[in-house]
Amino acid sequence: MIEVKSLTVRFSGVTPIDDVSLVFPGGTCGLIGPNGAGKTTFFNVLSGFVNPAAGSIAAFGDNLLRMADYKRARWGLRRTFQTEMAIEQLSVFDNVAMIHEHSGAGRGSRSADVLAAIDFVGLEVSPKAKVGGLGARERRLVEVARAVVGKPRVVLLDEPAAGLPDEETEHLSQVIQKIPDRFGALVILVDHDMSLVSACCATTAVLDFGKLIASGPTAEVLRNEHVMRAYLGTEEEL
Amino acid sequence: MTVAPASNGAAPNRTWPGIERGTIVRGAVILALLLITLFVLPNMVGADWITTFTSVAIYSVAALGFGVLYGRVGMISLGQIALLTIGCWIGARFAYATALPFPVLLLVAGGITCVIGTLVGLPALRLSGLYLALITLMFAGATTIVLSVHDFPSGGGGFWGRAGTGALTTSTPPVRRPSGATTDVAYYRYTVVVCAILFLFVLVHVSGKPGRAWATIRESEPAALAAGVNITVYKLWAFALASFITGVAGCLLAAQVGVPRAITFQTQDSLTLGATALIGGIFSLWGAIVAGIFSQLLPFLFQAQWGLNPNFLLILFGVGLLQVLLTAPGGISQQLPRDLANLGRLAARRARALASGDKPLP
Repeated sequence: MIEVKSLTVRFSGVTPIDDVSLVFPGGTCGLIGPNGAGKTTFFNVLSGFVNPAAGSIAAFGDNLLRMADYKRARWGLRRTFQTEMAIEQLSVFDNVAMIHEHSGAGRGSRSADVLAAIDFVGLEVSPKAKVGGLGARERRLVEVARAVVGKPRVVLLDEPAAGLPDEETEHLSQVIQKIPDRFGALVILVDHDMSLVSACCATTAVLDFGKLIASGPTAEVLRNEHVMRAYLGTEEEL
Repeated sequence: MTVAPASNGAAPNRTWPGIERGTIVRGAVILALLLITLFVLPNMVGADWITTFTSVAIYSVAALGFGVLYGRVGMISLGQIALLTIGCWIGARFAYATALPFPVLLLVAGGITCVIGTLVGLPALRLSGLYLALITLMFAGATTIVLSVHDFPSGGGGFWGRAGTGALTTSTPPVRRPSGATTDVAYYRYTVVVCAILFLFVLVHVSGKPGRAWATIRESEPAALAAGVNITVYKLWAFALASFITGVAGCLLAAQVGVPRAITFQTQDSLTLGATALIGGIFSLWGAIVAGIFSQLLPFLFQAQWGLNPNFLLILFGVGLLQVLLTAPGGISQQLPRDLANLGRLAARRARALASGDKPLP
């Protein structure tokens, strides 16, 4: 469980996150909102790239904000980025192994853990293949494998399905749904693909211009009139 | 975008990571090349060639340091020649002042240069790109000036070695060489072996945990932080490694030239080294050897063998650098095998076409 209390982030004059309090209960939680709603900024606060002006975040009872950024990976925080971050010069195995190396998980189980993560995401390429030679779908799966290896506790997925064709989003959706049970991690999914969010997330929170406008069971949230208004733009169109 | 290589369904490579045939073949080729360099090459050429080849080995290590910093971590450091000079200076001073065995001398020079180089790397934690290049180039310039003022090595005994007159005399004793490797050929072999060990040392780093962390930093610092990489530690680690190997190479250089002089180390050599390292290829350890050959063997060939002004080389390096930056970012060490493979394919196609009786394409 992650408890966020009155979180506020300010960049000179802009308030991308404005007094947000919400709880991610566990399993896979959706975080949606129009562009510029503050979703990625929220991930950056969790990662430690952005220091909030106020508020607190307790993840499984630990004060996340007091941890040094690079130490959060060892604690169990994993994330993917909107832009692709798999390392082209390294092989698939090394890409996943380097996360394992800094995760605090033991060296003894490394090879088995890494191969299990590659297997889990359904990558069908050789672990020795260089990531630079892979297609978009495989690279995306490498990133997900990197996000689940080595005892993750919180997995942040930032638009994992962006730009993928439907059948590949379907595969990704099945992989994401299996993460909480398989690894015992809490997954926060940011995406614009509502069918993906509906399929994966039991609960969903909606941000708009830095404010929390709805949260709760996904089906209810998506029917919420504030949410529909935020997505469609005007009240009249409802 | 390239398509993923077809996976062979019943993947037999699940035993990864284990030692594979490719690795063994590569190791055997490297060992054979090393043996040829050690035992065949010295018998084929004259004495002046041998000292040049010794320099090639030494400058390869300096280029390797540049390659570690820029090729692996993405930090441009133009202070490699300054670090080589410092290693050379420390090696010479300790050789005059103490009776330490030569291998210990190498480690001392490497260790002290490592500390200095890591301190120089501190700005890299905040600066990158052009700014870091400028700072390190200025460090190189400052080193040249300090050593010129000090009249390096200025003869005399003891650690500081200031001769009473301050002038370099012909009686300045040469820096001693390791016992058993006092002749040029023996010292050449000694140098090649030490440099090979340094290359191996770097190989162990880049193919292990630090190499993977460096690759992550080079890709993206936020992604490296999110992956749990302590960027401060790993950046300084790269500087420490590059400075250590360059310091050891500097000490080798001190004993090679005997009486090192400040004028031998020009600030512009740092630029030449960077250029040749890029031409050779900064992503491969082979590139560093190519850089050593370009920066040391070519001037020798121009001057001593062909009677040309070696300053023309600067133009040649400029053109080569342009070519690399525009068409082959991996440098010669990546491009040459590719070109040879293309050539082989072309030849095979022509041969097939001839065999089938078709007219070969022009």
